[in-house]
Amino acid sequence: MNLFAHIVRRLLLMIPMLIGITLLLFIVTHMVPTNPLTVILPEKSLNDPEIVKAATIKWGLDKPLYQQYLIYLGNLLHGDMGVSFKTKNPVTFDLEQFLPATVELSIASFIFALLIGLPLGIISALKSGSIVDHFTRVIALLGASIPPFWSGLIVLFIFWFKLRWLPGPGRIDARMAAPPTVTGSFLIDSLLAHNMPAFWSSVTHLILPAIILGWFTLAITARITRSSMLEVLQMDYIRTARAKGLTEWVVVIFHALRNALIPLITIIGLAFAGLMSGAIMTETIFSWPGIGRYAVMAATNLDFPAIMGVTLLIAVLFMFINLTVDIIYTIIDPRIREM
Amino acid sequence: MSELLLNVKDLRTRFHTRDGLVHAVNGVSFFVKEGETLGIVGESGCGKSVTVMSILRLIPSPPGEVVSGEALYLGRDLLKMSNDEIRHIRGSQLSMVFQDPMTSFNPVMTIGHQVAEPLMAHQEMTRKQAYARAAELLNLVGIPNASERLGDYPHQFSGGMRQRAMIAMALSCNPPLFIADEPSTALDVTIQAQILDLVKHLRDEFGMAVIWITHDLGIIAGLADRVAVMYAGFIIEEAAVDDLYDHPSHPYTIGLLGSLPRMDESGQRRLTSIEGMPPVLYQPPTECPFLSRCTYKIDRCSKENPSLMPVDDDHRAACWVDTTTGKSRA
Repeated sequence: MNLFAHIVRRLLLMIPMLIGITLLLFIVTHMVPTNPLTVILPEKSLNDPEIVKAATIKWGLDKPLYQQYLIYLGNLLHGDMGVSFKTKNPVTFDLEQFLPATVELSIASFIFALLIGLPLGIISALKSGSIVDHFTRVIALLGASIPPFWSGLIVLFIFWFKLRWLPGPGRIDARMAAPPTVTGSFLIDSLLAHNMPAFWSSVTHLILPAIILGWFTLAITARITRSSMLEVLQMDYIRTARAKGLTEWVVVIFHALRNALIPLITIIGLAFAGLMSGAIMTETIFSWPGIGRYAVMAATNLDFPAIMGVTLLIAVLFMFINLTVDIIYTIIDPRIREM
Repeated sequence: MSELLLNVKDLRTRFHTRDGLVHAVNGVSFFVKEGETLGIVGESGCGKSVTVMSILRLIPSPPGEVVSGEALYLGRDLLKMSNDEIRHIRGSQLSMVFQDPMTSFNPVMTIGHQVAEPLMAHQEMTRKQAYARAAELLNLVGIPNASERLGDYPHQFSGGMRQRAMIAMALSCNPPLFIADEPSTALDVTIQAQILDLVKHLRDEFGMAVIWITHDLGIIAGLADRVAVMYAGFIIEEAAVDDLYDHPSHPYTIGLLGSLPRMDESGQRRLTSIEGMPPVLYQPPTECPFLSRCTYKIDRCSKENPSLMPVDDDHRAACWVDTTTGKSRA
């Protein structure tokens, strides 16, 4: 099938999926036995029937649930996710504030995980049983089993508190002003503003959280690359490639790795989506103002529009990452193109 | 026919397996002259493929290990070359076609690229030159509209076409020696015949030497100049092709030929079979490895493993018994 038609079809399929997700979300959040007014109104106003009645009408809480849902859906079509009970800002505005920090952190973690995990996986496969292989196994085991709230504290303690090699929590030195917002990424924005001190500060602030957040992804990348490479290296076409007199580098990187990437891509795609949505611990430890922290805030405050907004955003992220994975698949594996 | 192209002496390869050390190739010696076709015949697992893979140093190690021997290619020992030297020989001097065309091509690379790769690696051609030559080669092996199919992937080719493309790839650098490891086994009989004709035609056109490995004596009859019969990692008989078919000397060869229907025989003859299975050698044998299946055996066979002995001019067999008389040879 034509790749373009495939993408369009997938995009259209997202519409019913999104509607399903909003419905599910709406039902689940409204099953929570609580009165949203307790969040919206200050405590003392809750005793004033006038104010309670006015607020109920203002927030549409007097309408039946299905009407509330349809209104929400209608607003969503206009890009309106409602107003946060807590911050009283539009949820879209809040997400815009918090998303860039998460995107920056997760991309940095992802790059870290791939840059280290892929070569480690390849070397472990080529020299299985070697020191590198055992070292990688230990790194992967630790990454998969140590929770980030613990490893985060430990690295902060060592590299910030004790050794003072790297800065502590936050996105940038507290004494510095954030660069003027263009993309929301401090790295890019500070470069655009030709503010090298701010750029350097942002980079150093990014290192520890990126390592902690990316460690798990590094672990699975290294292990899956290893097993996938080991399998591919047994294949007849690798023997053919060697029999042709190609260099080992060409055999490993061009003939083997490309095939080994096929199973890897699904997993690292999902891992990337996981980085975007699963940074709650890391963001909390490192005071990183991302959507992970926004989600925690929303949940602890029973801020329904904010909870729904964050969840919807993450759902959409997952869908697009899945679509991207599918597209990358068809590029790497020609056999899929005809299906 | 003159100069010695490949001279293999006392090649031994073994594999470390979970069940123990398996002696796959046990002191195999043979030679190939320029432009000559040598057939290596034997059952599955007799060490045919391992022999040629050892020569090209394609045995994965571990578990495999070439223990001893020499493989002189134009006087230089392939087994002692550096990795870089052997790499330059592979694909340009000695090239090989494998058994299963379905799995021998990289599924995520175009056929054109894979055929062009040896040219870029060995002849320093640019990508464009190599692709142009790849199209010529594919055309030569009978792929229609070759230049349009360079961008096709292996799954878009049929089995026969893939094997043709494989041959094109192996021939790309005009190698003096072409090794075919059962290249027609996985194909339909009609396609088999086509591939066989193609290789014969190309061999005569390029004047290259061929080692053709097969379990099919019928194929060898029409193709090879000389035949080596392998059993349990030994060459047990070696002769010119007609001599071998007319006067097989080793009981195993006699058994193999007896199990084949022949067009040149008049009258009715029952096809025979060889009872039993070939042994897997965990120890170097102290007796003839064919002993348990042999109908000619004498006492000596269980005491000593025979090495190749001359039977006739250019005809050698590893058997204590003169099968024409049934008497001990030595």
